[in-house]
Amino acid sequence: MHSSWWLSALLVVPLLGAAGALLLRRTGRAYGVALASAGVELAIAVAVAFLYNPHLKGTGTFDFATRHVLSAPFGLAYDVSLDGISLLMVVLTALVVFVALAGARERRREASFVTWLLLLTSATMGSFLAHDLLEFFIFFEFTLVPCYFIIAQWGGPERARAALKFFVYTFTGSAFLFAGLLYLGFEHQHQSGGALTFANDALASTTLTHSASVWLFVAFAIAFAVKSPLWPLHTWSPLTYAEAPTAGSIELSALLAKLGTYGMIRFAVGLFPGALASVRPIMLTLAVISILYGSLVACATPDLKRLIAYSSLAQMGFIILGVMSGSRIALVGALLLMFNHGVITIGFFVIVGFLEQRRGTFTIRDLRGLQGPAPVMAALFTVVMLASIGLPGLSGFISEYFILIGTFATHAWWAAVATLGVAGSAAYLLWAYQRVFHGPSDEANAHVHDVTNRERWVLVPVVVLIVALGVFPRPVIDRITPSVTQLVAHVEPAGLTK
Amino acid sequence: MTLHVPSIHYLALLPIFIFFGAALVLMVASALSAKNFSPRLATSTTVLASVAVLVVTIAQWSYVAHHGATTTIAHALVFDDFSILATAVIAASMLLSALVAHDWAIRERVVGVDYHVLALAASAGAMVMAQANDLVVIFLGLEMLSLGLYVLVAFDRHRAASSEAALKYFLLGGFASAIFVYGAALVYGATGSTNVSSIAYFLGQNILLRPGLLYAGGALLLIGFAFKVAAVPFHAWSPDVYQGAPTPVTGFMASIVKVGAFAALIRVLLSALGTQMDTWRPILWALIALTCLLGAVVALVQRDLKRLLAYSSINQAGFMLLGVWSANVRGVAGTMFYVATYAPVVIATFAIVTVVGGVGDEHHSIEHYRGLARRQPWLGAALAVLLLSQLGAPLTVGFYAKYAVLVAALDAGGGALALIALLSAAIAAYFYLRFALTLYEESDHDDASRVAVPRASVVVIAVGVIVAVLFGLWPGPLATWAQHATLLFLP
Repeated sequence: MHSSWWLSALLVVPLLGAAGALLLRRTGRAYGVALASAGVELAIAVAVAFLYNPHLKGTGTFDFATRHVLSAPFGLAYDVSLDGISLLMVVLTALVVFVALAGARERRREASFVTWLLLLTSATMGSFLAHDLLEFFIFFEFTLVPCYFIIAQWGGPERARAALKFFVYTFTGSAFLFAGLLYLGFEHQHQSGGALTFANDALASTTLTHSASVWLFVAFAIAFAVKSPLWPLHTWSPLTYAEAPTAGSIELSALLAKLGTYGMIRFAVGLFPGALASVRPIMLTLAVISILYGSLVACATPDLKRLIAYSSLAQMGFIILGVMSGSRIALVGALLLMFNHGVITIGFFVIVGFLEQRRGTFTIRDLRGLQGPAPVMAALFTVVMLASIGLPGLSGFISEYFILIGTFATHAWWAAVATLGVAGSAAYLLWAYQRVFHGPSDEANAHVHDVTNRERWVLVPVVVLIVALGVFPRPVIDRITPSVTQLVAHVEPAGLTK
Repeated sequence: MTLHVPSIHYLALLPIFIFFGAALVLMVASALSAKNFSPRLATSTTVLASVAVLVVTIAQWSYVAHHGATTTIAHALVFDDFSILATAVIAASMLLSALVAHDWAIRERVVGVDYHVLALAASAGAMVMAQANDLVVIFLGLEMLSLGLYVLVAFDRHRAASSEAALKYFLLGGFASAIFVYGAALVYGATGSTNVSSIAYFLGQNILLRPGLLYAGGALLLIGFAFKVAAVPFHAWSPDVYQGAPTPVTGFMASIVKVGAFAALIRVLLSALGTQMDTWRPILWALIALTCLLGAVVALVQRDLKRLLAYSSINQAGFMLLGVWSANVRGVAGTMFYVATYAPVVIATFAIVTVVGGVGDEHHSIEHYRGLARRQPWLGAALAVLLLSQLGAPLTVGFYAKYAVLVAALDAGGGALALIALLSAAIAAYFYLRFALTLYEESDHDDASRVAVPRASVVVIAVGVIVAVLFGLWPGPLATWAQHATLLFLP
């Protein structure tokens, strides 16, 4: 077992960076401090990824674990540990923050901006590392605060409305999660006769009646479906994604959306396997609707940023499809897609952010023929787009492929309909690409200058990861498979392990 | 004929004596001194008295730990961990609000010791309420608290709103007191005693064939308390009074009054009428649902910060009642934890409102806060943290306060009520955040000057923020104390 200090460091480093940025706000070095702490964070995350050992005895597949009770009457504990599922998310978190800071620099009131961003990082890290439901909830809920301030202060013209809509939607969703987790904690306490605790392993051993587990699943799923988002609880997301500043959009869709799907895997599915048989058809259907609805609306939307928002909705549908399918392969695929979609979305939003800096608009109709003046930008966009469509050899393909074959084996009809979504994503992305980059460029677009060297460097890791995970996903799969196998064995004792 | 003097436990009464003594000393000293009495000396006396009470409560706490809880003065007062913790919270709140009032008095050129005398006497009344084991003693404490407050609310003689608020508070408060006394009389008629433990004993031993009198009495007592804690539909006075009263007094009302009223309410409903739980719980259920929702919804449209905070405090009262409704040890501890953490946070909030209010105590429109955090980052950030704590954001103490009462409510089978309260918190989040954002917005008039924050107010604000963040990260010790602060008589 490795020392839990690694994980505590992941939580503390962004906080130190935030404090440093705040203290140095007058000297103009805030940005440097923030970027440095994000770099350190990324280095630690990568080190943890290499150190992680899924085959420890007696800990499941968890490593780096520690638990300290902070308040016994409240059942509150500091409990962190890491398995293959959270490992992937931890690396993604560190990566997203680093790239968001490097690629979407915000120059208005920079010190407070990076402070909020680093606070958000710490809270997100905390949610992925928490091995205790209450602790998870606290971090999960706290992510809203920095997010709210980032959107509301640095967003587009309708930022105030977008930020409030985002906050109230997610906060309301979380109310259900909160009520559910308290109920579960009590149920466990009454059964065990011990102290109030929310430790994952303890809660997982609670015996629940079928109806109780269905209700709890629904309560949890509402909170996570709002966050993901999943149709029909997605209505906050297009406005919020579109109005948020570039770094905010990256955080929201590359990272915070994953908190929803991560919660779905770890808590909704992991804690209430008894409910799965009843809720599975509904969840699969919602996932498929999300895929189709997201693709269709993405075709029709006139705004590049909203298009990416709706495409995210479709991708989240794929993830939920994989999570709910009950198939091990599909779950591996869903986890890969969570990571890959994160990386791809960074690419999209960073490029769209570059476009906005140059042209001041996201409207597709105003952009035309950019391939001439900005060929490198067009090339980078092409790579990211093709990965998102699912071109073999790029990272999007392998994950969608796993999800679909896994789901075919267990729930063929849903998988068949979902496959249409793959065609849909090709349609809306290629069409958008055509309109933005092809054709003759008019006066306003002819002088858009290409990506600078610095901007290229920001996108290098994104492209490298897209290609590397497309052709050689093996190391990642090896790290997540033991955890996935264990989860599936826990929730599907009767089989369905194709 | 011999007169039996009941045994008196002086340690139990010491906090009340200290506050009354300090009030008397201040009064006499100011009457004897030839010149104007130094405001610094007056504030120091209050602060010293509060610190003394805090020290005494530590001694009391260890006394009760060794000798057990007891009653004194013929069972009129009770000496248990619950009353000790409530007393400590009242003393701490008194300390903080005296510091706020000090800066305010200097700014508004309020001379004399009257403010401190009245505040000390009112706080002593709240302490009596927290210790009372008899409906008549509760009434005594309630009147001591209220009479001081009526004058304090009217303290700002330059503003008509202050006198108007005082009159409103006095008339409605007088009614509420009368209703409370009537309720106490009816309960006496039904049970033959006004003593909390005797009532509990009587109701435990007998089944009332005609409980109408008891129900009517209990309902009237509940209405009296509902008025004091501003629970819907008995809240109508609170926005006007909060707005009209001098801002330090508003902070005083939002903290100390709530501590005293909730302590007595818990004592009456749980200790005295605990056996009638099935009767009063549905009524309280409706009160809580209304209080939480109305407080949150109406706050949405407020443009005056003091009114907004009044509605916010109505919403918070709903949450505090949630612990009472649970009617179990967890609920009592939850409400206690809530009240104890809300008090410093709300006093610090009103400390900021006081300094922003400026000379004349009039700049309370939300517009005056636009861009505050840009002009004065520390002050703005402090207010944002205090608001987040009242909202119940995680990693602030407000989260655990809400958590504590919700846990208790769920434990008592109040899933639906907990969900209503949670949804009201989501609505409340809307106005807290919208306001917090105003602090960071660009101001329309950039010439808006920085507000001066006097030193004593800095201390209060810092304490509020530290409580909000420190206990937000580590609620351990406070939660344990609240857990220990159980009632002596619990059915």
